Order: sequence, then C-alpha cells, then structure tokens
Amino acid sequence: MALVRLRGPLKRLAGDRSEQSVEAGTVCELLRRLEHEHPAVDGWILDERGVIRRHINVFVNGECVREDAPVAPDDRIDVLPAISGG
Amino acid sequence: MTELLVGTKKGLFVLEGEPGGELDVKARAFAGEPVEYAMRDLHTGRLVASVTSAFYGPKIWYADDPSGEWEQAAGVTLPEGGEAALERIWTIVGGEGDGDRALYAGGDPGVLFESRDGGASWELNRALWDHPTRPDWQPGGGGLCLHSIVPWPGDPDRLAMGISAAGVWLTEDGGNTWHQGNEGLVARYVPEESREETTALCIHRLHRAPRRPERMFMQFHGGVYRSDDAGESWIDIGAGLPSDFGFPLAIDPADPDSAYVIPLSADMDRVTPDGRVRVYETRDAGESWTERGDGLPQENAYLTVLRHGLDRRGEGRELELYFGTTTGEVFGSGDAGASWFAAAKHLPPVYSVRATR
Repeated sequence: MALVRLRGPLKRLAGDRSEQSVEAGTVCELLRRLEHEHPAVDGWILDERGVIRRHINVFVNGECVREDAPVAPDDRIDVLPAISGG
Repeated sequence: MTELLVGTKKGLFVLEGEPGGELDVKARAFAGEPVEYAMRDLHTGRLVASVTSAFYGPKIWYADDPSGEWEQAAGVTLPEGGEAALERIWTIVGGEGDGDRALYAGGDPGVLFESRDGGASWELNRALWDHPTRPDWQPGGGGLCLHSIVPWPGDPDRLAMGISAAGVWLTEDGGNTWHQGNEGLVARYVPEESREETTALCIHRLHRAPRRPERMFMQFHGGVYRSDDAGESWIDIGAGLPSDFGFPLAIDPADPDSAYVIPLSADMDRVTPDGRVRVYETRDAGESWTERGDGLPQENAYLTVLRHGLDRRGEGRELELYFGTTTGEVFGSGDAGASWFAAAKHLPPVYSVRATR
C-alpha cells in the first residue's frame, strides 16, 4: 500500500494521523479512498469535479502530479498546501 | 450593546460596544483565512460563517461561541462528477418572521443552499441549479455570485435574489420555480443595441423594505433602482448622487421610503469620489439624496466599500449604521447616518459587516 503523508488541518481531519496507508492505482483513486475512510476530508483536497484544488499540491515520490498519475504500492504521497497567499 | 461580525481577508472579528466610539475586539476566529460573511441566526442564537480557504475551498461553519470550536456544516457542495465546483459562499441570510426559520446561503456559481437546522446541514436548491437559462449566465468580476437573498417577512414562499451578473430572480412557491425580474434595468456596460435583450445584469446589492415588502432597492453596476412591485420591474433613482456606481446598500426598516448607498467614483475607479467618504440617504424613495458625511474622512480618503460592507441595526431614530473598508476601517453611526465615528481602525481588508444585536 502507498504511504500518504498529511499535515495541518488534513492530518486533523484524517483521524489526527499524519501517515496513512492506502491502496490505489491512481492519485484520484487514492484520494477518494482517503475520503471514504475519513469522511471529514471530503471536499478538502478534491473538489466536486474530482479535481485537486488549485492551491493544493500532491507529490508522488517528490514529483508534483495531477489526479490521473499512477500510484504503486511502495510510493510515498505528500499532500501539501501550495506556496501561495497574500 | 452592539455586536458586529466583521468578515475580513484574515479572519472573523467579533466587535462589541456602544455606538459612539471604538468597539472592542471580543473574538477572532479563522485566523489567516478569508471570511466572506458571518451572521447570527436569530432563532438559535448560533453564529454561521462562510470561509473560503485558498487551499481547501469554501466551507460554512457554525458555533455557539465564536471563541470556541466551530463545526463544519454538511452539504455545502455541488453535485459530484459535474463540470462545476463551488467557488465561494457569498452570503448567509435568515428567514424573516416566526414562520420562516430557514437559513439561506448564496454562492458562486450562482447557487442557493437552504438549511432547516440552523446551519448545521444544507441542501442545494435544484430548481435554480437546473434552470434552463443557466448556460447563458455570465459571471461578473467577482465570479457568478449569488450575493443578495431577500426574504419576504411572514411569507417563506416568496424570496428575491440578486446574482452578478445574471439579474434578479424571484420565487413565489418556496424555491420550486424561479423567474427573472429585470424590467427597467439598463446595462450601460453593453452596447446600446444589446441592452434590451441582455441577461448579463450585474446586480450589486438588493434589499427589501420590510414594512412594505413589495418595495425593494437595488445598487446596480451603474445605477440605483427602486421596485414597487416586488422586484418585477425597476425605476432608476440614481439622479442626485455624485456617482450611481457602488456596491453596498442599506435601508431603515421603519421607513419604506429609505435607503442608504455609498457611491464610488466609477466602474474604472472604485474609490470614494473626490477623496471624501460620504454615505447618501434618501427618505423619499429616491426622489432626492442627502449627503451624510459628518465625522467621516473628508480629505485624501480614497476608500472602497464592498457589497456586504454596510449593515444596520435597529430602526427609526435608533437606527445604527456600520460600514467597513478594504483598508481595514469600520465606521459607525448611532443616529441614522447624521454623524459618524470610527468603530475600528486597523483590521485586515473588510469583506463584510453584520450588525447583530
């Protein structure tokens, strides 16, 4: 299973656990399963269209990717707020 | 004691005090997050706020105590798998009268949510969402924002709404069907030959006179209007103002002929005209306007007040008015606009002001 690392409010919403093991074939599938296991996460990373929110970055093994990127069992996924603001 | 809920670019500020001087900051919530709007549900006493995180998207939250834990409301979302995402919740409004305990929330892209449990859960109004004209709706500069929701006191079936830039929408059957009420509005920002048929009508703010509910007032994108037929048609009442461009509007509930606006110079110059901050008041339904600036900055003051930046508390001689600016000031009046004082000076850019009690 892939290892998902969360921080900030996402960690709190996901049972206050910064690391989660999730089995999935793509980033979108992984995030949907995370929402299923932790319903409070619903709507915080993916919007209604299934698109990663504009100022959220998802990395697979350090590479910033989009929803359709493949995920392998040993991959490490980081979900981070983008460097933005005002 | 007056309570102001001030939504800002960097959180919600709860101010308390008596009119006449600076109010105290009693609480700050959602530090660092943009708070579009906050209100207190008069039926439950609960605070309900809309917050649009740049990272995590728009949410509605509720709490009994602003300094305590806020709960995320359920159901504030569009149908999954479609082509649209909820961008922002612009406003939250309570029904008027004992028979209407609903809360309504309006947002971008032109959506209405309703809550029957004091803001804990919400449901999308499908009739508006599925309206056949929706593909033709055009967003304004702030998005396709449903920003004004105007209940009819004592009749929860009748509701008016303003959408920028999709005009006025009316229901008489509790939101099961909707029709437009745009007769008389003139969109000066489109070519003359297109003005008759355009539906790109940029409503900036709507209010209803509760003692005469068929009377409504509107600040338009260039134009101030009055309706005497519950929002079906509109009469231009902007003559006599230094500019008929602006965003916020307020009324005195005791006087159906009253309205207050804060003109800005022009569409392309959205600051107070001539470097002077003035509120304009009518007490004859727009036949004439009176400048109300005593105590407001009158020199080198180029301020902007957004559409939800003006609110009132009380009525008649007890009418209090408050408005916040994008430069973080809040001004107040305890005498229906005759004189003004600084209620807060150094807040983040103010998005909304709600005077609650």
